[in-house]
Amino acid sequence: MSADRSKFVFVLPGLIVLVAIILFPLLFTIRVSFSDWDVARPGLDWIGATNYLRLVHDTRFWESFGRLALMAVGSVLLQYMLGFGLALLVWREVRARRFFRVLFLIPMMTTPVIMAVIWRTMFHESLGPVNDLVRLLHFAPLPWLSQAGLAMMSIITVEVWQWTPFMFLMLLAGLLSLPREPFLAAAIDGAGPIRTFLRVTFPMMAPISIGAIIIRLIEASKILDSVYVITSGGPGTATETSSYYIFIRGLRDFQVGYAAALSFTYLVIMAISLTIIAKVLARAMLVRDRA
Amino acid sequence: MKRIKKYTLLATTVALALGGTLASAQDFKKYGIDKDVPGACSYASMSKKDYKGRTLSVITHAVPVMGEPTDLHAKQFQELTGATVNVVHVPFGDLFQRIMIPFQTGQNAYDVLFYGSLWSGDFHDYLAPVPKKYLDTAGMKDVTPTYRKVATWGDTMVQYTVDADRNYLKYRTDVFNNPEYKKKFKEKTGHDLAVPKTWEEYDEIANFFNGWDWAGDGKPHFGSAEVTKRDDLMFSAFIDRASAYAKNPNVKGGMFFDLKTMEPLINTPGFVKALEMFVKAKRYFPPGGDNFGLGDEIFSFGGGQTLMSYTWDDAFVQAMEPTSKIRFKVGSSPLPGSHEVWNRITKKWDHFDKPNAPAYVTWGWTSAVAKASKNQDMAFDFLCFFSNEANADHDLQIGRFGINPYRNAHFTKSFWADKMGWGKTVGDQYVDTLLTIDRSKNHVFDLRIPGVNQFMSSMATGVSEAMAGQKTPQQALDDVAKEWKQTVNRIGVDKVRAAYANVVKLEDNE
Repeated sequence: MSADRSKFVFVLPGLIVLVAIILFPLLFTIRVSFSDWDVARPGLDWIGATNYLRLVHDTRFWESFGRLALMAVGSVLLQYMLGFGLALLVWREVRARRFFRVLFLIPMMTTPVIMAVIWRTMFHESLGPVNDLVRLLHFAPLPWLSQAGLAMMSIITVEVWQWTPFMFLMLLAGLLSLPREPFLAAAIDGAGPIRTFLRVTFPMMAPISIGAIIIRLIEASKILDSVYVITSGGPGTATETSSYYIFIRGLRDFQVGYAAALSFTYLVIMAISLTIIAKVLARAMLVRDRA
Repeated sequence: MKRIKKYTLLATTVALALGGTLASAQDFKKYGIDKDVPGACSYASMSKKDYKGRTLSVITHAVPVMGEPTDLHAKQFQELTGATVNVVHVPFGDLFQRIMIPFQTGQNAYDVLFYGSLWSGDFHDYLAPVPKKYLDTAGMKDVTPTYRKVATWGDTMVQYTVDADRNYLKYRTDVFNNPEYKKKFKEKTGHDLAVPKTWEEYDEIANFFNGWDWAGDGKPHFGSAEVTKRDDLMFSAFIDRASAYAKNPNVKGGMFFDLKTMEPLINTPGFVKALEMFVKAKRYFPPGGDNFGLGDEIFSFGGGQTLMSYTWDDAFVQAMEPTSKIRFKVGSSPLPGSHEVWNRITKKWDHFDKPNAPAYVTWGWTSAVAKASKNQDMAFDFLCFFSNEANADHDLQIGRFGINPYRNAHFTKSFWADKMGWGKTVGDQYVDTLLTIDRSKNHVFDLRIPGVNQFMSSMATGVSEAMAGQKTPQQALDDVAKEWKQTVNRIGVDKVRAAYANVVKLEDNE
């Protein structure tokens, strides 16, 4: 057996597992999406594109995409800015640097659904500490979870709190891997901290920034537990995201075939959107690097 | 001599028998019960069974509600019979699909199932009928007719009754009996302050007692706590309010659908009126009250924040627990009603001098044995043991277990007054309320039809959209009706009608 072939033999088991894990569920979902499997009709019959035609007219599904976009983009941008700021803070020699690095990571280590319950209690409009604080500042208590805009903001806050540490971790790793020479050169040229950040640090961090943003966008677009616990998609449908809507249709209503069609459509849309976003980010951030 | 021997033998036998009974009664006390009640399902009977080497798989709700008693009685059953009992706990939102998927895919995943009885329209085909020997037990015969009906599909009992639920009104007696407040209320509204008999009265009282310190603790208090969070049992709260306007006792053939045509009635004026009032009710909710789940509602009323509330027994039982701030300050009453009730035949409002107040037998926990189970004998024994008289008495006393009265024996006033320590006033009133609901001839049951979750979920969404101001009540319910129609067509009109006929039969007392 040639060396090339033997390589394949070693890779094959892993490849088979990977295909089984990734491809089979995907193909099965596609097959289910062409069936009428629901609470009254178990099994994989064939109904053609009926589910896909139905979802074209499902305004609740398309509206949930709009909310998802707002929630995901809003929270990831905030996470990026905060994460970058915190990473810059502990990148340089500061006192208790190790302590702060661990401290900033704690929210990410907590269980999302448990934290969502705790945040829900904090935002509780009559019993939660957030409104106690608002009252201390002599403002009227706010309807954090029962007014559309504030409910959206509350969920974004929870997401930012939970996932900024991920950004922090990625960006800190990026900062620590940067070569020292460009910074020395900038210092010799007399560049101040802002100029150094804009002309040296930020452009050199562009590739890792794009990676971190895309990874977080993928994760944020699947947001479910926070919405489920904090608002159940309400008030009305004001915080209902695509994944929550698919969850309702699939697991609550048990419309398995239709939920599969929604899931596959969601996957295609997300794949296209994220590819476009990655390209746009790369063009915006890497062009600046070349300039 | 012979005679002496005979009597000695008899005396010895009696003494041994008595001694044995006393010993076993004492032994069983270690399980936390007062005394074992003899019968086919008793501790003594179970201890004679031998299920060594056999395993029972049970799926139930998360701890504590129903999950904790399942754990407790599974452990006891294991010790008594030698069986291995594996209990799987699942959150409520996941429970339906965790049961349904194995059913639909033909897997024999669980022998015993604990779930919400409103799903019986979906599950009944997969459940084993309760064998006659269990139907003939004293415990089962004592289950009230209302809850036997809930456990029955067609003419066959397919669910084993372990709980019963109903929604009713809870209110603060200290406020309603306060002479100063009575005077102020009369001055302001021109009406006497009394437990509301209609939703309009409820509205007026809740509004009057909203936003000021009627409890004298320096904090503002509010009119009403209600379940309003979209996917957190809000559909039950809406049915509570809507039944008064939409369930006309003089019109047979369905409240949610017209049984003949299977046209949804959810957007008819009775339901619309109830939703309009539900939307207006927001003004007397505590802050955040329009996003309250069941837990919030219980906490709000039980914590003394609101004057009134209405939903399950658990809220009342918890309000009367020794640690409760409002212990002995709570009263119970059937749900308010309405003088005006929509008549879908004449398309007019019918006037009732005595308010129409249907009793909503809202879904409660139930249990069943899977048809595919290979351990049906052991599974039914487990359920029979779970709900035996001693265990039921024990479980009724623990609010967090979520088990509420379902046998005639559970409506014994002294049990609640003395054993629970509620006293005569509260205990008697509680039993009277529950009995009124149980014996009502004007019941509303859950929509126990295939796809009930789809119907309830779209109704909750519509109600929530109206509450949030996204749609008017009429628009919201028109959209729900449209979705219900599509769902009926998708599942199959005949299939849904056949199932709904079972519900209508109960509601129409046929």
